[in-house]
Amino acid sequence: MPAVPLYQLAHARSGDKGNRLNIAVVCREERFYRPLSEHLTPDFVTAVFRERQPSAVRRYELPKLRAFNFVLDDVLDGGVNGSLGLDGHGKTLSFLLLSASIALPAGMLGAEEPPQPQPMPGEPR
Amino acid sequence: MAQQVWIGAAAGFAGDRADASGPLIEALARHDGPRFLIFETLAERTLALAQLDRLADPSRGEVPALKRLLMPALAPCIAAGIRIVGNFGGANPRGAAAKIRQWGKELGWPEIKIAVVEGDDLRSKLTAAEFARFESDGDLLRGEPEIVAANAYLGAEAIAEALSRGADIVVTGRVADPALVLGPLKHSFGWADDDWDRLAAGVLAGHLLECGSQVTGGYFADPGIKDVPGMDTLGYPLAEVERDGSFVVTKPVGTGGLVDRRTVTEQILYEIHDPAAYLTPDVVLDLTDVEIEEIGRDRVSVKGARGHAAPNTLKATICIDGGLLAEAEISYTGPNARARAGLAIETVTKRMARFHPALQIRADLIGSVSVFGDSAGAMLAAATPVSGNADLRVRFAAETTDGAAAECLLDEVEALYCAGPAGGGGVRKRLTPRLRSTSCLIARDLVSPQVSMLEVP
Repeated sequence: MPAVPLYQLAHARSGDKGNRLNIAVVCREERFYRPLSEHLTPDFVTAVFRERQPSAVRRYELPKLRAFNFVLDDVLDGGVNGSLGLDGHGKTLSFLLLSASIALPAGMLGAEEPPQPQPMPGEPR
Repeated sequence: MAQQVWIGAAAGFAGDRADASGPLIEALARHDGPRFLIFETLAERTLALAQLDRLADPSRGEVPALKRLLMPALAPCIAAGIRIVGNFGGANPRGAAAKIRQWGKELGWPEIKIAVVEGDDLRSKLTAAEFARFESDGDLLRGEPEIVAANAYLGAEAIAEALSRGADIVVTGRVADPALVLGPLKHSFGWADDDWDRLAAGVLAGHLLECGSQVTGGYFADPGIKDVPGMDTLGYPLAEVERDGSFVVTKPVGTGGLVDRRTVTEQILYEIHDPAAYLTPDVVLDLTDVEIEEIGRDRVSVKGARGHAAPNTLKATICIDGGLLAEAEISYTGPNARARAGLAIETVTKRMARFHPALQIRADLIGSVSVFGDSAGAMLAAATPVSGNADLRVRFAAETTDGAAAECLLDEVEALYCAGPAGGGGVRKRLTPRLRSTSCLIARDLVSPQVSMLEVP
């Protein structure tokens, strides 16, 4: 299956409440919603954030907004007032998710040409 | 009763741009009917810091950015009949109101009607044991530590009452951020306390406005992918709200930024958990059926919010002393920089383990793995090392109540200048007092919001 960086299919915004992170993932095009609803699963997101060992990852579907809301528990190292990291809010973490590559069956993106994978800058994934 | 209400949001946090209010006031001044300008300035920690200010000086305790943000807006708003609602009272809404009164006098408006909303401060209402019992999120309060600040999120009712009593300016402490918008809407439209769908629509409007430019192109731009014109002159948001609760999000003509389906969608879900149940003091918002539509340039219509009965408890944020955050950085660049930076981390970690073995130290490698990394260092350890001529900055961080341990870390990083790997430079070090925060759920009957008008002397 061809792997596409999520960045080419969606944009995203993260927000925090205490030690809980939410990432709103918004499809760039309407036709990406269905394939992402099958493949952008809580397990996929858990794997992307494996080093942070989330205690729970939930996905909420918002078809009218062409969006998914992911809620990750206990991934902010205590949150903005407790984290040792530079970004205790987790504001940058939407781009950690967007930089993950997601494998989609060929033809899954619909009639139009799928976005061409481009090299993603930087480490680690 | 009004048919349409205009509300602008001039600040989404205390550090926001002070010149944001100008174009909003100009736009609001061109309309008739009820018009409001809101300022949201109270992040979780801001109020606790304000509480520490107040302890040091009883006349202080307002949000420190109050003067910077409000002064440019004060006279133009009063002149145009635009009413101001802000949570910039921080830990001392009454003190903030007195300052605003004084500035009003200096600007030639001595008789501004200023309302103060209080009752969010819970420190005298609950014992340490009760706070511990009501903690909803972790167990920071189990040992009954000294509480620096404890504030309930008040709802829109007190703000609506203040406006009904004629306030030109409403000064609050902790309120639910969307209440800054819902309060003016309840007042203007006379929405009932159990008109859940209308209240939900007002909360949604407030939610979209409360972070200021985050709905008008801020926190959004990604060059070549999501381009935003005029980031240096971002327009802040305006909502045109109808009686039925539907509304349009827009921004002042001639400003930078943009309002479209994408900016609104990102902000609708910002800091949301279950989109079917966003809990606020006034209503539970269900936004799963919300529909948004681009109806013109920088104009997005939002409708379809549904509401359910408000929860029986109010959320409160509790802050306690959090010790010290020690941070120090040093740079390594050029050939083999990755190995030299790694040796710096190893050296400091070994020495600190000798002097303060209990201290947990985080190491970041800025330029390779930093903000994405975890505090245990698993991602940094697993990353493919950058090669070639890198430009790296090593950052060490630790939190402790032991000042000597904190100082020791800073000293050890500075010592890398001479005793560390080749070519280390640019040491910066900092100790910051910390406040830890947690949440409680408090029964409503323990919280009594109060509205009072500041007397005109």
